Amino acid sequence: MDFRLNEEQQMLQDTVARLVRGEYSFEKRLAFSETEAGFSVDFWKQLSELGLTAVPFSEELGGFGGGGVEVQSVMTELGRGLCLEPYLQSVVFAGGLINQAGNDSQKDVWLSGIASGELQAAVALQEPQSFYDLNDVQTRAEKKDGGFVLNGRKAVVIGGHCADLIVISARTAGDTRDAGGISLFALKSDTPGIERRVYPTIDGSKGCDITLNNVHVSVDALLGEDGSAGPIIEYQTGRAIAALCAEAVGVMEVANELTLEYLKQRKQFGVPIGKFQVLQHRMVDMMSELEQARSMAILAASVADEEQSDERRRALSAAKNVIGRSGQFISEQGIQSHGGIGMTWEYNFAHYAKRLIMINHQLGDDDFQLERYAFLLQAS
Amino acid sequence: MNINYTPDEIAFRDEARAFLDQALPADIATKVKGFRRLTKEDHQRWQQILYKQGWYATHWPEEYGGVKWTPVQKHIWDEESCHYGVPRSVPFGVNMVAPVIIKFGNEAQKQTYLPRILSGEDWWCQGYSEPGAGSDLASLKVRAVSDGDHYVVNGQKTWTTLGQYANMIFCLVRTNTEVKAQEGISFLLIDMNTPGITVRPIITLDGEHEVNEIFFQDVKVPVENRVGEEDKGWTYAKFLLTYERTGLAGIGLSKAAMSHLKQLASRCIKNGRPLIEDTSFSQRIARVEIDLTAATISNLRIIAAVEGGGMPGAESSMLKVKGTEIRQAINDLARRAIGPYAIPFAEEELDLDYEGEFLSDENAAPLSAQYFNNRKLSIYGGSNEIQKNIVSKMILGL
Repeated sequence: MDFRLNEEQQMLQDTVARLVRGEYSFEKRLAFSETEAGFSVDFWKQLSELGLTAVPFSEELGGFGGGGVEVQSVMTELGRGLCLEPYLQSVVFAGGLINQAGNDSQKDVWLSGIASGELQAAVALQEPQSFYDLNDVQTRAEKKDGGFVLNGRKAVVIGGHCADLIVISARTAGDTRDAGGISLFALKSDTPGIERRVYPTIDGSKGCDITLNNVHVSVDALLGEDGSAGPIIEYQTGRAIAALCAEAVGVMEVANELTLEYLKQRKQFGVPIGKFQVLQHRMVDMMSELEQARSMAILAASVADEEQSDERRRALSAAKNVIGRSGQFISEQGIQSHGGIGMTWEYNFAHYAKRLIMINHQLGDDDFQLERYAFLLQAS
Repeated sequence: MNINYTPDEIAFRDEARAFLDQALPADIATKVKGFRRLTKEDHQRWQQILYKQGWYATHWPEEYGGVKWTPVQKHIWDEESCHYGVPRSVPFGVNMVAPVIIKFGNEAQKQTYLPRILSGEDWWCQGYSEPGAGSDLASLKVRAVSDGDHYVVNGQKTWTTLGQYANMIFCLVRTNTEVKAQEGISFLLIDMNTPGITVRPIITLDGEHEVNEIFFQDVKVPVENRVGEEDKGWTYAKFLLTYERTGLAGIGLSKAAMSHLKQLASRCIKNGRPLIEDTSFSQRIARVEIDLTAATISNLRIIAAVEGGGMPGAESSMLKVKGTEIRQAINDLARRAIGPYAIPFAEEELDLDYEGEFLSDENAAPLSAQYFNNRKLSIYGGSNEIQKNIVSKMILGL
């Protein structure tokens, strides 16, 4: 047993850490957030020039052949910088879906672009009524003229506002919430009939809702076999959960560092407030929550690329549940420990706090994961 | 023991309801109930309606234009107001500085300021906290140096709620540095239009401008604007804080937020069914509602004690902690109820005139922002940690 990163993984993490430290000050992040893309196009280029957008892809595709731990190393550092770039959405999630479901020519066309960072992809699986259940799909794809016609609406597509390619789930058979009958399509975002309602997110990023209005696509857009995408979506959502957990750990690390620093330097009643036992114990609790979260992020990373099993499912749901709860604890107690200053836009802590709460709303919150875990428990 | 209202109290409640039915502007109520932004004009419009009804100053003696309500009547009014969607009163004039002026001010100050508070001519804000003086308020440093018939004020106040609208500020200032911290403080009433005052917005994490920093540079304040004696301001400040603390538990607001949450959960969908029918979510709501029921009775017990001639003591500190935790729990559930739609911030939907399609639920847009904004509840008005210190000292003797 060895919980240390190997030399290559450590180098990878150090590379991202250096880049984030150098290029991603809090002030710059605020400015990136205000741009049309909602992230730094320049920073994205630097990530790709260093080969970081290719980390999870095979060597044939120009990648590193990295697994869960390599993705974890990148995501934790991006979390520390509160980076807005679509690494999770494009590289990990969309890249993973195409990699698992796509045929060779689809992989050729799209994955090399995603791996080189030239093509930005987003994932549109949720719908207005779906809550966090990705089998709850009403969007329909009907066969027509050798291709498909898509109609429906996809909800909260992070990064979808400026993505070139959107991976969309649609039903080719079955009823809403059936596990079977779901298909995946890779759509160019300028395909006629795609409408996007763009919005900022509360944590400084951007996204959109997508309406599909008689969107005609050729059969080349279909990823994998018609109606059989359910298990692929589930598997890749698991990989994305592991990556999101790693990001959350980075966010929590900085949130705790900032809070601890504040407890040491802020004076009231003639002493640093960190001298008050009630705040000492709270800081210890925040630290313990971070360590619990870190452990679960490690577990998630180590099962992320394993073959699907109930054990993998349980580990990933458990990880996301812990991350959701510890993230909320650190967010709320960190604000409380700071007092008013922890609630201001100008101070970075608040932005870490917001990201932690919103991570809970991505890919299923702690309640959803608890329910899923309990269901798997009963089923086993 | 009887936990019900008397017939007189029920009659008063009916009167309050009849008035609210007829007088509360629908647009304002819609904004309040949907957590939309209120403008200065909204506050002023409602203040004028209350003023004309004679129900604006519920903490004042009748001789100054107050309305003679019992503590139970005030409580009924508060509950009904929250239920109907009345804008939360801006307390700094009517409920904070006015009681201080009435108790400690001189006749000229009463004649000058009280009618202007009542009529809405003056908008007051509070100059208590400073960058270095939060929980440790007595360590405040804004300096007022006596110079003949006026003071010269220098320094900085912060967290000044709605200071951007105010034309008057009441300030705690240091007039004596030679004595113990609490003994060198004076209470000044300052015209915000005096040269040397700068108001700078503080934007909070939800992007709102609610609080401000206020800078004083050689601001000349006439000595006659001091309330009570020089260096005795701490006594007046503490008196004011007891007024601030009452009502901070926000029980009425929690009840309104709970009813809003239940409506929301009956519209949101999970597994093709209304979310309120989901066992785990409905149990989450139930748990908070049960806590709220307990806090409601605790609140009534405090009110009944005051009705019987007592003063609200450290019990209101306990209630502030519980009440704010409950409201934050309700906000947490409202954000959870909309699932992935907690993430977008569709700010345009906050506008009452918004005519476009709603991204999800028509009331979803402000929910995450409100959850974040209301983290302030456990920080302001004496943080919950300070409230617990009060309880452990005053009640437990620890």
